[in-house]
Amino acid sequence: MDPNLITTNRAVDPVFMFIFGVSLLLLVGITATMVGFVVRYHRSRAPEPTSRAESSIWLEILWTALPTILVMAMFYYGWAGYLALRNVPRDALQVTATARMWSWSFTYANGRTSPRLYVPVGKPVLVNLVSGDVLHGFYLPAFRVKRDVVPGMKNNHAWFVATRAGSYDLFCSVYCGEGHSAMITTVEAIPEAAFTAWLQEEEKAGGDAGKALLEKHGCLGCHSLDGSTKVGPTFKGLFGRSVTVLTGGAERVITVDEEYLQHSILDPGADVVKGYQPVMPPFPDLSRDEVRAIVEFLKRAK
Amino acid sequence: MNPAENMLPAGKGGFWIDTGKTGIASWIFSTDHKRIGLLYFWSVFGFFLVGVLLGLLIRIELMAPGRTIMGPQTYNALFTVHGVVMVFLFIIPGFQGSFGNLVMPIQIGSRDVAFPRLNLFSWWLYIAGAAIILTSLFTGGGPPDTGWTFYLPFSERTGTNVSLAVFGVFIVGFSSILTGVNFVTTIHRLRAEGMTWGRLPLFVWSLYATAWVQILATPILGITLVLIIAERLLGTGLFDPARGGDPLMYQHLFWIYSHPAVYIMILPAMGVVTEIIPVFSRKPIFGYRMIAFSSLAIAAAGSLVWGHHMFTSGMSDTAILVFSFLTFVVAIPSAIKVFNWVSTLYRGSISLEAPMLFALSFILLFSIGGLTGLILGAAATDIHVHDTHFVVGHFHYVIFGGSGFAFFGAMHYWLPKFYGRRYAEKPAILGWGLMFVGFNILYFTMMVLGMEGMPRRYYDYLPEFARLNFVSTMGSWILAVGLAILLVNLFRGLRSGEPVGNNPWGGATLEWSIPTPPPTENFAKEPVVTHGPYDFRGAGIP
Repeated sequence: MDPNLITTNRAVDPVFMFIFGVSLLLLVGITATMVGFVVRYHRSRAPEPTSRAESSIWLEILWTALPTILVMAMFYYGWAGYLALRNVPRDALQVTATARMWSWSFTYANGRTSPRLYVPVGKPVLVNLVSGDVLHGFYLPAFRVKRDVVPGMKNNHAWFVATRAGSYDLFCSVYCGEGHSAMITTVEAIPEAAFTAWLQEEEKAGGDAGKALLEKHGCLGCHSLDGSTKVGPTFKGLFGRSVTVLTGGAERVITVDEEYLQHSILDPGADVVKGYQPVMPPFPDLSRDEVRAIVEFLKRAK
Repeated sequence: MNPAENMLPAGKGGFWIDTGKTGIASWIFSTDHKRIGLLYFWSVFGFFLVGVLLGLLIRIELMAPGRTIMGPQTYNALFTVHGVVMVFLFIIPGFQGSFGNLVMPIQIGSRDVAFPRLNLFSWWLYIAGAAIILTSLFTGGGPPDTGWTFYLPFSERTGTNVSLAVFGVFIVGFSSILTGVNFVTTIHRLRAEGMTWGRLPLFVWSLYATAWVQILATPILGITLVLIIAERLLGTGLFDPARGGDPLMYQHLFWIYSHPAVYIMILPAMGVVTEIIPVFSRKPIFGYRMIAFSSLAIAAAGSLVWGHHMFTSGMSDTAILVFSFLTFVVAIPSAIKVFNWVSTLYRGSISLEAPMLFALSFILLFSIGGLTGLILGAAATDIHVHDTHFVVGHFHYVIFGGSGFAFFGAMHYWLPKFYGRRYAEKPAILGWGLMFVGFNILYFTMMVLGMEGMPRRYYDYLPEFARLNFVSTMGSWILAVGLAILLVNLFRGLRSGEPVGNNPWGGATLEWSIPTPPPTENFAKEPVVTHGPYDFRGAGIP
């Protein structure tokens, strides 16, 4: 990594220190003065006021000028730090983050997708932000980076660089409905060699194609595999279960079969399981084979 | 003696009985500014208690990670309704409607506001809007789950009862505009002889500045809310990118009103504090002109800073530059006020009764709120803490620690004047102390959580945030206990406490020169004002 690179942390943290430092001085000063006056001039010690002063032009000038200088300094440092957040290093690795209710998916230049954001240590990463439904927020507290993910907005991006290997939280910061607080994943910063290997590795190696698709499309953000209730019904033991669904407002009892599962992936609003909100988006981009792979996996999810 | 008078608890008099009318109709159809003021007071205060209850439930849910007492959908509805009730039904109409109505006409030496019937109509609009909002919670798709900001396109897609709730807020907005028009006219036209602009109490100055914000900013909220309804019912697609619209346009429209609305909430609170501090220091306010001027400056500059809610929104960097700069400009008049309040204490004779304790704690809590606002005004630092619990903490320091504490100060300072009886001092101080401690535990931890990265509007959170969330919830319980003690003591005192004289605190503004409780038209004969509002010697107060 270029040692002169101003990382997002190096751009933002000194501004925090400066504003918090000045604020603390002001707050302690104001509070100490106030408490001092209240003690010194309490009616038990000062039965009568000893001043009738109504104003002082010099004091007013002083305490207009002093805060003006301070806040203008804060404005300047704040703006300078912000420019570093917007100034993307040229050699940055490009990744596209797709946010949807309520999951993240990251797509790399070679087409590899992942529900976690894998990045090489020490290399700046430019994240293009895309949303297909409502507003979301791309937030990496460890790197002081946040940017709203706005549907329809072009060239919407953020960048950061992980200087140390590790796993860092990635949150959705803009409220987006029932699963908002579950819309979290991680940044996995790994050494560059390991990252290159990861990027090339076969996506479905060793895994189940259906399960990989569920992960890729964020289905598991709302549907658990262990029987716990999330935003949607669990997948555990789903196949063959008889459930009550609402079809166009009318209740009916059905048995979950292949046809129902396929239909529910492509048109989730048609038959909604009773007790759940009709919030699942349709997935029209899935191919027939992919839907079949998912259904095959769900049949075995016991 | 009038037989009706015997049936009333001693201490009741003045406008309570002198029209000879009692019963509910004599209140809800009264055009007396004092009766309307009390109608407003009890309505907004009722909604405040509802908001408190919802807030406590939110904190219980967040006490531990995972599900504690409710599911995510209930939680999302809860924080939305908490916000809508507290913002639109309590604190925006709160000061103007209750203490503005009760006190302002008397302070300027008038018998009533300029348009008494319009004043009553404003209260009815407020009640109608509130009823619609309440209806929206229990009908249709259930309570809205959008957050009080109603951001699109989410608020267009959710199946909850957003349209009706938004329509209720729209109606309440008209109430606010009409009150603004009424107050501006009253302050211009109905000042008594000798009540020059330079002798106007600073509470009236703050109401005047606020009234202009209400008149100029609220129509934009109205338009925006109608557009949400059009978006939902007609599918206009103005803000929906799927139909070629722009969600940022909505955010601009929403904040063009909703940022100035923060000044509707805080300016009258500053006015209250400016009344209380000189009286309890027995000293003229320091820097009268600068305080009056800073109210106007805040109202004017504060109307141009809305974009600081949008630094992460994808808005252009140039816009961020301009809005960040203007945001820092608005910090200056706020700082001037704080310095002048503290200077008023210098060489005074300070008495620490309940209203004064609320005023002094206002200065501290508002300063913390204001100084943490600098973090949010600076572009670089805002990015990290935007949409986190830091913002939640900051906002509550300004609006609860600021406006809320000033509202309690005003209740203890002015309500005895209108009820003729007062509260007991010691329980009031105990209640205040618990509230102050609980408040800081509750909201300071939120700001730390935000610095650590916990986003707001989160039903569930990672284990690393668990400890501070637990501490924060404990703070909310201490605050609630303090509040309960404070309110029981105050309301019991107003019913059956010691009777108060005309001027219990030694104030020099006009409301203290007339009987307690004031008669229906306030002044037996039109007053002629010969001294300033904080000229205690001129008013004959030692």
